[in-house]
Parts: sequence; C-alpha cells; structure tokens
Amino acid sequence: MAKQTIKEVLLNPIFNNNPIGLQILGICSALAVTSNLKTALVMSIALTLVTAFSNLFISMIRKQIPSSIRMIVQMVIIASLVIVVDQILRAYAFGLAKQLSVFVGLIITNCIVMGRAEAFAMQNPPLLSFMDGIGNGLGYSVMLIVLGVIRELFGAGKLLGFEVLALAKDGGWYVPNGLLLLPPSAFFLIGLIIWGLRTWKKNQVEAPAFTLAPQVANQEVH
Amino acid sequence: MEHLISLFVRAVFIENMALAFFLGMCTFIAISKKVETAIGLGVAVVVVQTITVPANYLIFNLLLREGALGWAGFPDVDLSYLGLLSYIGVIAAIVQILEMLLDKYVPSLYNALGVFLPLITVNCAILGGTLFMVERDYNMSESVVYGLGSGFSWALAIALLAGIREKLKYSDVPEGLQGLGITFITIGLMSLGFMSFSGVQL
Repeated sequence: MAKQTIKEVLLNPIFNNNPIGLQILGICSALAVTSNLKTALVMSIALTLVTAFSNLFISMIRKQIPSSIRMIVQMVIIASLVIVVDQILRAYAFGLAKQLSVFVGLIITNCIVMGRAEAFAMQNPPLLSFMDGIGNGLGYSVMLIVLGVIRELFGAGKLLGFEVLALAKDGGWYVPNGLLLLPPSAFFLIGLIIWGLRTWKKNQVEAPAFTLAPQVANQEVH
Repeated sequence: MEHLISLFVRAVFIENMALAFFLGMCTFIAISKKVETAIGLGVAVVVVQTITVPANYLIFNLLLREGALGWAGFPDVDLSYLGLLSYIGVIAAIVQILEMLLDKYVPSLYNALGVFLPLITVNCAILGGTLFMVERDYNMSESVVYGLGSGFSWALAIALLAGIREKLKYSDVPEGLQGLGITFITIGLMSLGFMSFSGVQL
C-alpha cells in the first residue's frame, strides 16, 4: 500500500471506505442506539474518541508488543479507555448513561476499534494512526447521525427532543411512523443506505456469488 | 423453577440477542453464508456464553461489587469500575482455555469449530450477556439460565439467517443491494418476525 497522507486517512473512511457500509465493522451499536439523535450523537463522540486514542497508544507501543499477545495488549488498552469514557458519562450525564445502558461497555468489542488497531495502528506511526481513528470514527458517526435523524424525525416527529413535525395527536398534521422506533427499521434503513451508497460509488458493489444461467428454453424443448 | 423456564424462553425469543439487541452483528453477518459453519459457531457461542456469564457473575459478586471484598478485610472498597476490564479478560481467558481443552480432549469438535473459537472473544453477544447480567442483578441460577438462553438465542438466529441466505443465492437481487444490503433487509424482516413474540407474557 502506498504511503497515505493525513488527509486521505482522515477522509477516506467517510464515504469511500465507510466502516459500516463497506467494512462491516461496528454494526451492533449502530443499530441499537439510533432510535433517537441524542444517544446516537453521544455514542458517536465516545466511539470516535476511543478509536482515535486506542489507535494512538497502540501505534506508539507497536514495536514493543510481541505479536503473540498483541490481542490481549490491544484489549487492555481499549478496555481502559472505555472505562474512562464510561466513568465520565456516569459522572456528568447519568440519565444518558442509563439510556445507553450496556452499549458504552460494548465499545470494547466494537469491531471498529479492534479492527483499526489491528489493521492500521500496528503498521503506521502514531499521528497517522490517530487520524485514521478519527476518520473511521467520523465515518461511523455519519452513519449513526443519519440513522438517528431519520428514525427520530419520522418516528417521533422530533429532533433532539424538540418537536419539528407537528404531531397529529396534538392537532398537527404528521402521523408518526412507529415502526421507525422499533429495532427492525434500523436494519431496513442501513440496507437502503448501503444500496444508495453503492449506487453512487459503483466500485463498492459486490459481485454476485452466483449468476443465473441465460435462458435456453428453446433448445431444451425437444 | 417456573421462573427460570420463563427467563429462558424470554432470553431466547423475546430478548433475542441478535435480533432484538443487535449484539454480535459483525460475526452474525460475516459467518452466515453457510448453514454448517453457522451452526458450528452457534454451538461455540452457546458453550462460551453458558460458562462466561456465571463466571463473571462470581467475579462481580465476590471481588468487584461494593463491599464484596469484606472477606479480605476491605469492606469499603468498590471496584465495580474495573468491571469492563475484568469481564473481557475473563472472556478472553475462558475462550483460550476452552480452545486448549478441546484441542487436547475433543479434537474432532476442535477441528469443527476451527477459527470460530478465537473470534468469539470479540463477539459482542458474549460481553453483552455479561453486562446485562450485571445490570439486571441476576443471581447464580438465573445467570446460568440466562447465559444458556441468550447463547441459544444467538445460535438460533444465525442458523436461521444462514438458511435464508443459502436460498437467497438463487434469487435475482438488484445490483447495489447485492451481498451486504440484502442481508440487512433480510435480518430486518426476521427481526420483525421476532418482534411478534414481544407480546408473549410468561
């Protein structure tokens, strides 16, 4: 791989190599916390910070880590960072921390953090790795925020808790679509977003595993 | 006893790890192309989950919880902030031990599970099960049942998805939806199906 510049490392993951859309990383939390925008925002910030700093620290000691126990070393660094984030959230935003429930803790096993540490930070210098962490965090955040906006706006008629679309039950015109607040809608939305992204960026389309044989009906008729 | 059965049923159907809480999605999507491998991974998850949830229950209640260190002469120590670090350590260690034990005593099962065992360490469903156990304050027998139930729920979901995806190969999917996109929509429909269990009261 050619030497990457900071700008490339920072911007590529947002559309060209989106962690959720293309790398299939970190989907678990993307779905669970997006039923409203506020939790989605907090989760994005938390994940971006954790990814960036875990990349930074792992890259700083990458030459000292023996490769046979690198997983454990990475895990310990990530888990410590997540504990810091978790404690800060509990101290300053307890209600929010309760709402996010186990999902802050699950950042540890979020494949984005681990995946980037393994794939990028182990081979690259600290500053570049830090930027890669921020970039991947942003790619994740973009997806989360889009989902959060769609789900909260059309599911509850609100954004960040403020009413945007006047609800029919309060005399307005908008009848909220309750499905969007339920878990399955997140899957549909991500599926559709991926469809959109791949229609726009053709090179991301996966080759079909099997193709139908062309119809040869006229020859088969004896 | 009745209470434990209802906990099991709730963990499997109503609070399905994969389809209601979206845990373990990465491996869920990556390893669901073939039914056999999906079932192999599912079995591994059930086993690991059934061991780790009670193990972490013991760690939490005997070492970390506020006042839990009273037996060692530190009644005021609250180590619960170390939770995340210890759980993931326990999970990684148990997966490692299980791998070595299987390799030594049941090589056929070890070969069948192959690469999936180490992957389980980073499966969010495992850590998620432990965190839910801590958050909901289960007791020992409940945590065994919950571990079994939540592991089984994940295994069930991945086996079902693999079955659907095997059939899906023969269908004509629009270009951009190929692969990942259609998988998401399939999971969405499955999740919608499992939502119908949510009305079940036990």
